[in-house]
Amino acid sequence: MLGFFDQNTLLLMIALPLLLLVVSHIFNGVAVCSTMTNLVASVGVYTLSALQGIGKITFFAASGIKSCFAPPFYFRSTINQIIVIGFYSLPIVGLTALFAGMVLAMQMHVGFTRFNAEGSIASVVVISMTRELGPVFAGLMVAGRMSSSIAAELGSMRVSEQIDALVTLHVDPLKFLVAPRIVAGVLTLPLLVFVADVIGVLGGMIVSTTLLNFSVGSYVVQTISNLELMDVLSGLAKAAAFGFSIACFGCYHGFNSELGARGVGESATTAVVSSCICILGLNYLLTAVFFGI
Amino acid sequence: MTKIVFENVHKKFHNNFRVLNGVSLKVADKEVHVILGRSGCGKSVLLKCLLGILQVDSGDILVDGLSVKKKEQHRDYIRKFSILFQGNALFDSMTIRGNVEFGLQQINRNKSECRSIAEEKLLAVGLDRRIFDLYPAEISGGMQKRAALARAIAIEPEVLLFDEPTSGLDPITSGVICHLLRDTVTKLQITCLTITHDLKVAEFLSDHSSILNDGAIIWTGKTKEMKRCGDEFVENFYRASHSILEVSA
Ligand SMILES: Nc1ncnc2c1ncn2[C@@H]1O[C@H](COP(=O)(O)OP(=O)(O)OP(=O)(O)O)[C@@H](O)[C@H]1O
Ligand SMILES: [Mg+2]
Repeated sequence: MLGFFDQNTLLLMIALPLLLLVVSHIFNGVAVCSTMTNLVASVGVYTLSALQGIGKITFFAASGIKSCFAPPFYFRSTINQIIVIGFYSLPIVGLTALFAGMVLAMQMHVGFTRFNAEGSIASVVVISMTRELGPVFAGLMVAGRMSSSIAAELGSMRVSEQIDALVTLHVDPLKFLVAPRIVAGVLTLPLLVFVADVIGVLGGMIVSTTLLNFSVGSYVVQTISNLELMDVLSGLAKAAAFGFSIACFGCYHGFNSELGARGVGESATTAVVSSCICILGLNYLLTAVFFGI
Repeated sequence: MTKIVFENVHKKFHNNFRVLNGVSLKVADKEVHVILGRSGCGKSVLLKCLLGILQVDSGDILVDGLSVKKKEQHRDYIRKFSILFQGNALFDSMTIRGNVEFGLQQINRNKSECRSIAEEKLLAVGLDRRIFDLYPAEISGGMQKRAALARAIAIEPEVLLFDEPTSGLDPITSGVICHLLRDTVTKLQITCLTITHDLKVAEFLSDHSSILNDGAIIWTGKTKEMKRCGDEFVENFYRASHSILEVSA
């Protein structure tokens, strides 16, 4: 794990902003280079504020995790969130997985006929679905659906002072609002991804049996015979991490929403964009960790 | 006995905008005190500092000797308060009854007791049983104000805070709400701090008031004496409240 944050990377992360700062200072005295200075300075400011943002959200995520393990627990609210995040996302996740599986089978057929490997379609579909497409598609779809809605809901609660009202009623907003969403995200995303995996494989099977002359029996046998437990488990673990990041980014941006309707809108947009980017980044990182490449 | 002490409270925001610039004020136990000030002068910020929702930059706020800054005392500290927010701040995912019950459940676990206290308080603020199971968005502003008041008094606070209790209400409803607030405070015999820009509300609710201007309390005294206190801003504020046309910018 530490390998990914080795000394060089860390040094680079610290040295780059410092270097920019020094360079911008050196250039400061030279009037001719004022545009250059501005450019360097704004890159510096941007880098520093980005690092600050990363620090803040890390701290928020840590407080969020902590609040999941300390009483009081709001079970009803957690179950509500499980229904909203998990159950209501089923149709869209299922549909995405179905089409992904179908397209995958078709494309693999085109590719594999070039070197006479049509027989591997089923294995490739199931491995791609469980390892990558299932978790990533489900993660992105749920991020689009949920992190914006979480951010908008919490943002409007912030704006209309409902979060302040919670504090005055002796309720910790982290425990009441953030913990249930994090728990729901972490629990439901793996379930959704499991369903997505199954539906994706079904999609591949529908295309293969109807259009590509496979028999159902041989497709199923091929699917199962080449599948390893780690393929499925790694996908589910990824899904839990994605669920966590969706809930965290949604809550963070909602909590820190600027006042007013525009602020809430912006925080919803930022929540979706940042949680999608985080999902893609995490996906790479976790793949590297699980399969040690 | 002094209940609330503001000691030289300073607060500024990220944009370096100084909102509170040395607020000092004492409110006695069971006193009904009103802080007046122009829109945007920082009244709501002062209340949020008092509740610890916003952190003061320097200075301190003490309630019964407990400091707002001490994290370990925060639970006991916050328990003393209840607030009627400027925008009511009813939870829109809960019914009216649910809002009041939710507040009660945090201090009193017994479900049936919560339910009966909630109903009692909602009836006490003059709400009809028919609206108990409606959501905040489905009732009028005046009714929301009543519901928010019911939620605030249900948890039996030692200090009741009103932030612009009549904002957004028509004159008749304002009058009704003011009567309700005054009756409630008289009946409960508790400390009450109201902030408003409306002198009429201040005069009606209490005979003690303070004026917040430029981030500091510039005058404290009997509301009646405001007219001839010697401070230009205060007298101007008084005149403006009684006749818009007489004000000199
Ligand atoms: N979170 C915040 N960030 C930055 N500035 C803020 C914030 N909250 C309040 N302010 C600023 O503080 C000032 C005082 O705001 P406040 O809401 O306390 O006014 P007010 O006296 O309650 O006015 P009103 O009578 O309109 O309610 C405003 O100018 C506002 O711009
Ligand atoms: Mg205000």
